[in-house]
Amino acid sequence: MTAELLFAGADWDFDKVRRTYDAIEDIARGELGLDIYPNQIEVITAEQMLDAYSSIGLPLMYRHWSFGKRFAADEVLYRKGMRGLAYEIVINSSPCISYIMEENSMPMQTLVIAHAAFGHNHFFKNNQLFRQWTDARGILDYMEFAKGYIARCEERHGHQMVERVLDAAHALMDHGVHRYPRKRVYDLREEQQREAERAAYFEQTYNDLWRTVPRPASSFHGSRDMAERKRRLRLPEENILYFLEKNAPKLAPWQRELLRVVRNVSQYFYPQKQTKVMNEGCATCVHYHIVNRLHDKGMISDGALMEILHSHTNVVFQPEFDDPRFGGLNPYALGFGMMEEIKRIATEPTAEDRDWFPDFAGNGDPWGTLRRAWEDYRDESFILQLLSPALIRRLRLFKLHNDADAPDYVVAAIHNERGYREVRRALAATYDIAKAEPDIQIVDVDLAGDRRLILHHRVADGILLDEDEAALVLRHIANLWGYEVRLVEVDTKTEMTLREFDDVGPSVTLA
Amino acid sequence: MNIIDRRLNPKGKSLANRQRFLRRARQQILKAVREASGERSITDIQSGERISIPMDGLREPHFRRSPHGGVRDHVVPGNREYVEGDLIPKPPMGGGGDGGSEGSPDGGGEDDFRFLLSKDEFLDIFLDDLELPDLQKKKMRQSESFTLTRAGFTVTGSPANLNLLRTMRNSLSRRIALKRPKPHEMKALEAEIRRLEETGEDPDRLSGLRVEFDRLWAKSRRVPYIDPLDVRFNRFEQVPKPVTQAVMFCLMDVSGSMTEHMKDLAKRFFMLLYLFLNRRYTHVDIVFIRHTHEAKEVDEETFFYSTETGGTVVSTALQEMRRVIAERYPPGDWNIYAAQASDGDNTSSDNGLAAALLEDVILPACQYFAYIEVGAEYKDWLGRETDLWRTYKAVARPGGNMAMRKVRVRSQIFPVFRDLFSKERADA
Repeated sequence: MTAELLFAGADWDFDKVRRTYDAIEDIARGELGLDIYPNQIEVITAEQMLDAYSSIGLPLMYRHWSFGKRFAADEVLYRKGMRGLAYEIVINSSPCISYIMEENSMPMQTLVIAHAAFGHNHFFKNNQLFRQWTDARGILDYMEFAKGYIARCEERHGHQMVERVLDAAHALMDHGVHRYPRKRVYDLREEQQREAERAAYFEQTYNDLWRTVPRPASSFHGSRDMAERKRRLRLPEENILYFLEKNAPKLAPWQRELLRVVRNVSQYFYPQKQTKVMNEGCATCVHYHIVNRLHDKGMISDGALMEILHSHTNVVFQPEFDDPRFGGLNPYALGFGMMEEIKRIATEPTAEDRDWFPDFAGNGDPWGTLRRAWEDYRDESFILQLLSPALIRRLRLFKLHNDADAPDYVVAAIHNERGYREVRRALAATYDIAKAEPDIQIVDVDLAGDRRLILHHRVADGILLDEDEAALVLRHIANLWGYEVRLVEVDTKTEMTLREFDDVGPSVTLA
Repeated sequence: MNIIDRRLNPKGKSLANRQRFLRRARQQILKAVREASGERSITDIQSGERISIPMDGLREPHFRRSPHGGVRDHVVPGNREYVEGDLIPKPPMGGGGDGGSEGSPDGGGEDDFRFLLSKDEFLDIFLDDLELPDLQKKKMRQSESFTLTRAGFTVTGSPANLNLLRTMRNSLSRRIALKRPKPHEMKALEAEIRRLEETGEDPDRLSGLRVEFDRLWAKSRRVPYIDPLDVRFNRFEQVPKPVTQAVMFCLMDVSGSMTEHMKDLAKRFFMLLYLFLNRRYTHVDIVFIRHTHEAKEVDEETFFYSTETGGTVVSTALQEMRRVIAERYPPGDWNIYAAQASDGDNTSSDNGLAAALLEDVILPACQYFAYIEVGAEYKDWLGRETDLWRTYKAVARPGGNMAMRKVRVRSQIFPVFRDLFSKERADA
């Protein structure tokens, strides 16, 4: 209670920011046990913030008209006062770069530093998705390379040629990620060892009886060819960009490199799409705790705390479903709510909590529990396993079943004993990115014949593709592939063909 | 931890992207700009523009699940009265699902795309394919004003133009090529000779050195440090200086027959011309001359807004213009443009004088003379030709520097203007 105030009033300067940062760091490392990348805090103007928006948050981005378009759109909204700017942007890199705006008051800077430079930073460094899929140390260097490479391509091959490839690649961006770790290629020694193990196993389990089993008739040859072809092309393949980069017959090497750049950017952002609730929940929970601790220690004034809490409350506000402001579940509200619940369950569990979360209820280590959760989960699994009945009750969540053919919505589950698990399962499913994005795979390509590329959309729950958009994307794929492309929508359950798109041929030659 | 102040970093990091975007959307923007200029007052054009363009060609398509059809589950907060199994009637079509989580995530991609064009961007596009007519002719006449530009090097010239660098470079290479003895070698030799003279030892060597020294001395005399061959001068060439200033004469009939509507049309035309000239010349003067039966040079406010009564004698305005040109704008130094707006009335006895003045005095001095005949919005007057129109038609000849057009409604202004200054016409 004897500590001195870190700052007074709204104005900030570099000295105050540094002092405050140090005070926050003490709490974050000492009390919360956060493990962070080195921080780099950059002060920018509103204009620069708009710039940062348009390049999807990376400080370095190659040039493309779509970023200009985004900037123009953001600018109109901002200038008309229809939208404020974010207080910060934080980049998953090492050092972790946080942009803070010069317009922010000192209490806001405190909030932003606690939120971004510690909350998000810890999450980036520790969550397994980020660790597995992104290279925080390399991303800025890579983007520098990509920017320069694409600029050189523009000089050498002309703006339009580069633009065509990038347009097509952007259309397929969501289908340019590896969702599962790929099989590692074995080196020669491992290969030999594997071979030896296999031979040993074969000898162990040898049974002469197998010799007598009839072999498949030779009429299977046709399908064997096809199977062989698919195996060689590693089909089916859901990473369309990857497939085109490696296999499109007509692309020049620099065009393949462009696809690779877009693919890498997409892969870099893939974990962020899957951890929005957790990431924001983590950062919000961290800043909430830190500013309260700063206040407890007497390091920030009541007024500053009030200002911070005012922003905090706005951020975690959740309108109800019949409120005109309602626009879906607020990831900040849900994330923050869940983090606070975990803290509560770890320290003051009820009997219900002990039933639901026997492994950590009352373990007395709220931050340890949270840190483990932040490491191991993504949104879907996090909600599926850790959404507590108490929070379902507090938010009064209920599940609506919407069948397009039925005249009514059906309330399928509500916040009661029977409904908790169902609500939780359904909510988790809406955060499953594999379900939110259409499952589109390249299933075959007739290399011996007309080289037609065949894609399947595995239709789940009877939801087809948006027809106009899909037709445009198909055109892009055809341009990259160089031959005709066919898209068939197949129902996952019945394997029935629901819709076939017309074959689309390339509209421009990229070569 | 590092804190870095990036506020002073150069702005406009996304300028290159913006240019790419504008280039991409060029056709749509062009159309939108043209339409916008038809509706808006010309003065507004100067100050940027919010325009909206259709999304064709600007879409960024993705494989997306359709917002319609199929079976979905939503989880939403705020249940008050519902229990399991309740039915909630769906809102009529187009109500956009109750769940809210589905639907277009980027806020309606179908609508037009709205954004701000800066003033410069707007004008660039607005005046894009327009060109000034008749520049050829002016260039010849401009021969009175010259400017000097560098044009390589020469071996003759005034000492003030000596190019030291070139001269010394030549001198050095010549000295090396001809093996001119270096001064420090000579000095060393001289010192050695003096030492031998003083000590008196080794006379053989001394005489050898003396011979050597004499040889070198003679050579250094034969190969001078700087030879007239080495000298180079900067060369300058006189090039005719393009006249970068223009004056624009606005002539308007303000007699009683000119209605507010007609004046408005005229004003719009003048403004367009002004904008256009402003982008082509570094400095543009405007002279406003209004006339009834007598003409006067006035300021802009008076020109457009003060009323005046009297007859209509067009030649007075041309006289006044001649006076102003003679006093302040010598045609050699100024590009002269004139635009005249009138409803076509003129005192019959004046027609001859006006035609003569125009043909003999005004047109030779002018780069371009545009006559805009403004008419009432609803009156069908196209049938008969006005006095002034007939008079001017006799003067104007195809390919000349005079153009005449009729304008009746606001939306015709820009097409007429484009017509007058379109590139094809300038090329022809």
